[in-house]
Amino acid sequence: MRIDKHPILSFPKKEEISFIFEGERVQGLEGDTIASALHALDIKTLSYSIKKHRPRGFYCAIGNCASCNMIVNGVPNVRTCITPLEKDMIVERQTNKGELK
Amino acid sequence: MITKDLIIIGGGPSGLCAAKMALEAGISVLLIDRSPNLGGQLVKQTHKFFGSKSQYAKTRGFDIAKKLINDLNEQKNLEILSNATVVGLYPDKVVTVLYQEEYIRYQAKTVIVATGASEKFLAFENNDLPGIYGAGAVQTLMNNYGVLPGQEIVMVGSGNIGLIVSYQLLQAGVKVKAIIEAAPTIGGYKVHASKMRRLGVPILTSTTIKKAIGSQFIEAIETVSLDQKWNEIPGTSNIIEVDALCISVGLSPMHQILSMVGAKTKYIAELGGFVPIVDDHHQTSVDSIFVCGDAVGIEEASSAMMEGYLTGLNVAKHLGKNHPNEELLIKHYESQLDMLRDGPFGIKTKIGLAKMKEETSHA
Repeated sequence: MRIDKHPILSFPKKEEISFIFEGERVQGLEGDTIASALHALDIKTLSYSIKKHRPRGFYCAIGNCASCNMIVNGVPNVRTCITPLEKDMIVERQTNKGELK
Repeated sequence: MITKDLIIIGGGPSGLCAAKMALEAGISVLLIDRSPNLGGQLVKQTHKFFGSKSQYAKTRGFDIAKKLINDLNEQKNLEILSNATVVGLYPDKVVTVLYQEEYIRYQAKTVIVATGASEKFLAFENNDLPGIYGAGAVQTLMNNYGVLPGQEIVMVGSGNIGLIVSYQLLQAGVKVKAIIEAAPTIGGYKVHASKMRRLGVPILTSTTIKKAIGSQFIEAIETVSLDQKWNEIPGTSNIIEVDALCISVGLSPMHQILSMVGAKTKYIAELGGFVPIVDDHHQTSVDSIFVCGDAVGIEEASSAMMEGYLTGLNVAKHLGKNHPNEELLIKHYESQLDMLRDGPFGIKTKIGLAKMKEETSHA
């Protein structure tokens, strides 16, 4: 959910950016990171833990904790909380350590 | 290899201020930050700062960031790399950077590590469920991206960050059901705590989180009361329904990159945990590598700025290119720092710095 009214900050209308999450076309906004766009869509599970496959969201939002790592355009371990969203990005939940291709 | 007089790792308050002084002294500076924009954590701080005028009091954090960034405008000797991650630091002052999928090597004469801090975490059952965030993460999500973390939230920790972020959650339209605090007293400033209470948010002291409840996502939390010895009191369990939980239990200095050059560290609880040992000029045990801001001890952003200015001046001196107003500025910023540390939370810092001093006098 996005904030529409705020006493201090203003969030002017921004251009939509369309991207693909788990095979479905969805919309974020210009200025979003991948993680903030997914959050606004109420998608909060970004990956699954490697051994027990427990759902993981993000924790720090500044690129420290690795809990938001996802596969972006085929590249694993992308810190989605600090990666700006781009048009037509293909974003997938990560379930393993990631593989080198 | 590209050569630079000074490479600053981290474009937050202390890194920006260090850059300003060094540039004024005629030093070429490369400023590297992993985020899309400079300003560090100031950019998400919507509250007004305390202190005196030269410490930017009564100015909102994000406006201070703008000011500090503006100060660097039109500096010909400055190069900025955003969205860039430093991946290596070597004793010969080689810095390697990952930038736009490229691996770049720089040779610096001096390096300032201004990497800031990371949020501490708390151990409890199901603490990895989506919907559990650091307080700073919630601030970033709301104030930078305009996205809400949830509808109903509990804050763990009543320090200043916990209290301020709780207020910002209310401003964004989120219901803060409670602020819980394991200690018997509230950690942050009274003025912040009173404001929250006036707005109807209960602050529950001697209360901690036992577990988070939910399978795919946080749905509720169980809290429990603690006695004076921090033991759980049986029969005091309470369930609070939430769709998000915010953890605000302190910060740890983030100086891991300094391990690559073998800089000496010491555990000083008052400064936030393991910190690099520095001399009076903020130089680490490794020649020509400096550190300032939260990375060398947790304080407020205002102190990080003053430390940044001082470290920039010290680096200029170290390179033999003293700032034209060096003496005056050092005196000024040192007195500002002293003033900030005279506040109620400064006592801890002062004890920590005394321990640091002990360490350097032994060496």
